[in-house]
Amino acid sequence: MGKHVLVIEDEPNIIEAISFILMRDGWAVHTHSNGNDAVAAVAAHDPDLVILDVMLPGRSGYDILTDLRAAPATRDLPVLMLTARGQAKDRELAERLGASRFMTKPFSNAEVLEALRDLVPS
Amino acid sequence: MASLNLLIVVCLVYVALLFAVAFMAERAALRGRAAFLRSSVVYTLSLSIYCTAWTFYGAVGYAARSGMEYLTIYLGPTLVMVGWWWVLRKLVRIGRTQRITSVADLISSRYGKSNTLAVFVTALAVIGTTPYIALQLQSVTLSFASFARADPSSAVPADSRSTALWVAMGLAFFTILFGTRNLDANERHHGVVMAIALEAVVKLFALLAVGVFVVWGVGGGIEATLARIDASEIGQWQMDGGRWAGLTMLSAAAFLTLPRMFQVLVVENEDEHQLRTASWAFPAYLMAMSLFVVPIAVVGLEVLPPGANPDQFVLTVPLSQGQDKLAMLSFLGGFSSATSMVIVAAIALSTMVSNHVVMPIWLRFAGGGAAVAGDVRHLVLLARRVSIAVILGLGYLYYRVSGGGTALAAIGLVSFAGVAQFLPALMGGIFWRGATRIGALAGLGTGFVIWCYSLLLPSFGGGILMTDAVMAYGPWGIAWLRPQALFGIEGLDPLVHAVMWSLGLNTVVFVTGSLLSFPQPLERLQGAQFVNVFEHSGNPQSWSGGTAQSEDLLIMAQRMMGPAQAQALFQAEAARQGLAGYLPEPTPEFLQRLERELSGAVGAATAHAMVGQIMGAATVSVEDLLAVADETAQMMEYSSQLEAKSAELTRIAGQLREANEKLTKLSVQKDAFLSQISHELRTPMTSIRAFSEILRDAPDLSSHDMTKYASIIHDEALRLTRLLDDLLDLSVLESGQVSLNMRDGRLVSVIDQAVAAAGVAEERLTIRRDRTREDIGLTSDLDRLAQVFINLIANARKYCDATAPLLSIEVAQRGNAVVVDFVDNGAGIPTDSQALVFEKFSRVAEGESAGGAGLGLAICREIMARLGGEITYLPGQGGAAFRVILPVAAMRAAQ
Amino acid sequence: MSESSNALFLERRSYRQRRLMDALRLLPVLGAFLWAVPLLWSDAAAGGEGVATSRAMLYIFGVWALLALLAWALSSRLDRSPEKTDAPGGG
Repeated sequence: MGKHVLVIEDEPNIIEAISFILMRDGWAVHTHSNGNDAVAAVAAHDPDLVILDVMLPGRSGYDILTDLRAAPATRDLPVLMLTARGQAKDRELAERLGASRFMTKPFSNAEVLEALRDLVPS
Repeated sequence: MASLNLLIVVCLVYVALLFAVAFMAERAALRGRAAFLRSSVVYTLSLSIYCTAWTFYGAVGYAARSGMEYLTIYLGPTLVMVGWWWVLRKLVRIGRTQRITSVADLISSRYGKSNTLAVFVTALAVIGTTPYIALQLQSVTLSFASFARADPSSAVPADSRSTALWVAMGLAFFTILFGTRNLDANERHHGVVMAIALEAVVKLFALLAVGVFVVWGVGGGIEATLARIDASEIGQWQMDGGRWAGLTMLSAAAFLTLPRMFQVLVVENEDEHQLRTASWAFPAYLMAMSLFVVPIAVVGLEVLPPGANPDQFVLTVPLSQGQDKLAMLSFLGGFSSATSMVIVAAIALSTMVSNHVVMPIWLRFAGGGAAVAGDVRHLVLLARRVSIAVILGLGYLYYRVSGGGTALAAIGLVSFAGVAQFLPALMGGIFWRGATRIGALAGLGTGFVIWCYSLLLPSFGGGILMTDAVMAYGPWGIAWLRPQALFGIEGLDPLVHAVMWSLGLNTVVFVTGSLLSFPQPLERLQGAQFVNVFEHSGNPQSWSGGTAQSEDLLIMAQRMMGPAQAQALFQAEAARQGLAGYLPEPTPEFLQRLERELSGAVGAATAHAMVGQIMGAATVSVEDLLAVADETAQMMEYSSQLEAKSAELTRIAGQLREANEKLTKLSVQKDAFLSQISHELRTPMTSIRAFSEILRDAPDLSSHDMTKYASIIHDEALRLTRLLDDLLDLSVLESGQVSLNMRDGRLVSVIDQAVAAAGVAEERLTIRRDRTREDIGLTSDLDRLAQVFINLIANARKYCDATAPLLSIEVAQRGNAVVVDFVDNGAGIPTDSQALVFEKFSRVAEGESAGGAGLGLAICREIMARLGGEITYLPGQGGAAFRVILPVAAMRAAQ
Repeated sequence: MSESSNALFLERRSYRQRRLMDALRLLPVLGAFLWAVPLLWSDAAAGGEGVATSRAMLYIFGVWALLALLAWALSSRLDRSPEKTDAPGGG
């Protein structure tokens, strides 16, 4: 079994696409589609990496990231943020809050895989 | 032979012609075809009322008695006219900007709108003009008598008294008819001006005709006539230098200050270009009028028996030569001269009397109720009409009392000297800012007393009003108070003596009084306005608004100006201030404008007093305000201008700040909107890109997966299209550029269409309807209405989370509207989200994905707004409930 | 270049207008002066050899005509709106 990744995303089609790509690349994929209990999901799954959407029902990705960075267990957890709001200030905000990587939708599958390999060297 | 009856007929026809001309001019002015009325020619001709019967008949007599001295009467006005750039231009400009109604109004307005001054000037003008009117009546009477003597058929000599009475009454009638037609002095007396312009032509033509006849018909040509002149008793230059210079100056002064001249020069002036033409044309007119005076006098002295009245030579020379028609023409010229003067003088004086005497008295008795007392408009007009009658009555009375003797002939120059007393106050007022009310009053008073004492009273002849003893030795034997040798200066011509002392002391006292006294603030502001009339067209700050009631002001203005004009003024002002209706804020600028408009009707002092009554204590507060800033009037103006500017700047800054806030808000909204759109567009594109890359890069996909992924791409592409359609739809609706396709239909079929289109047939959602209640006819854009219904049904289909979803469509008629409620049995929308459901991109339901972009309800709201109805969320129905309200216009009677 | 020559023209025009106004102001002074001349004529009543009335008439009416003529000439050359001579004229 490869490295473990948790995808927090609300669009079912995007979840399906990411899961497909990652599984083909050898990742173990879990998904979560709600913002409210995302932090708990991270704690429960204890992934090697989190792919986090910014616009989630219930709670924004930024808030979740802030919580993750505040907890000692997840302070250094690699987090790849995805957003469909491609404005410069979103990127700045994500980086200030401690995102390991920030990508704008729509993304290239290869780029995602490359970023993941970068963040979690096997 | 000259027939007196024929003369009377001709005279009546001529009068009828004058009425017709005046009437037609008034009609033309009413129809706005009054361009010719405003022409410089008419203006110049109207100035000719300077040439009264006293000059028409009297100039020849004057020449026969005193040679060339008669010319001084015309030289003075000529100098004033060619020097128009100095004084007349300024007077006319002031008259227009301040809406001056008379010479009394100008002086009163200049000196702080003082009514005391106005009354004083009015009284002086009446005293100075009444004998002059009597003189005109006398000349008409005398010329009738001349004809009567020449007509052997008239057994009974025309009764001179009844002639004068008839003439006076006729003139009063004409003047009242055409002179008091309208109240506003700025609506000029077109009829009167036109009539006197005609009379000006007649009298010039008549005098020239007599002159030509005398030179070529009797004198034997120019050379021969000149020789006759040199051989006559006035054949050599005999002139008292003092009288030559003094009378020229006096006539120049009187030309400016005579009430009737002021009326035609300043009040009836339409624009300054008229002055430009008159500056050369009127001197030319005067020259033509005086050209043949000496020849007529000389020939008259030759051909008529000694003892013939030289004042009647213009008439009697043609008569003696058997030229009846020429004499008739000459009579009409003299008649014209007399009547035009009397008409204008009566108008000018009646304006002064009603504005400065009657109205102030009425105001005092009406107390604080200027706004609520009777109809002021009628009162003013009545006052003017009565004044005209009284003034002409006074003239007739004076004629009767004085007996029409030679004493009257001298009254012309006496009258000139009297009104010339206005000159220092007038000139000082428009050229010297330091001139004060106290100075003007003191100077005028001094001049008036000296004029009365040394000229007016002695003019009645020895023993009538002043005993011979007083004349010879002074009152109580005080020699230096002898009326014609004041302060021991003897040997002067009595007239020059009186003019010198009265005008000289008048000026000295005026200047001294002005230097020693301190002007009130209003006086100083008006002074600056008058003196610097060319530098700025601004106005003194005379009222501070706030306490005045606009409604009271309107009531008053209606009474003064007539309802239509007053309402137009108030409405225009309200519109200027950005208010609807008829009641503007009583800002200082508005009050000032109103006051100026009113002063066109009743004079500056009265208008000021009337506004003052409504304004309550504002007068005091303004004067206090001005006194506080106790600098020069100049500084006051600058500061008030600055104040206005800074208020303006503050207002503009406020507007800018508001606009800026609005823009900022818009910009924030736009950012949020763009961010939303970006999200809504990128989300489906993410799936499309990801799956198309998978399809491209993974050759080992099962056909099931391939189909599945391809259909995801397809669905997401459709979602994008829908989103773009919605966005475009919304943008069209919001910009208001949507064109509605209004047509008749029935509500039930619209709902049928919506239910079918919403695709509920294959879904589990049940719809409950009452088709009979839905059977309502309406006129609306049925497709757009269906779009709203489809959205609502689709929402219920998508979001109703009940196990057995049920949507009730309930139709009711409430008052004037049709109400369609869409209520489902789901969980409904949380209270805190209800306010947001109609906003763009608001999606309340969680986990919703492939549905709309959150634009559906926003579009519904826009559509309903365009259709004149509305859509609201209806809380407390158990589930989600939307209410669509259609306006009454959309509903037609159900069958 | 054309701009500066235009400005020069305007200035010159404005200058002319101003001098025209000066002349208008002087006109009544001229009239008063010329009509004061008869004061110097010897008075027949005082025993001197008087000036013939016909010559006096010619002089006074001559001055009169001259004044009217000058007033006409000056007024008609004045710009229609005298207060605005400084403003650039229409192009």
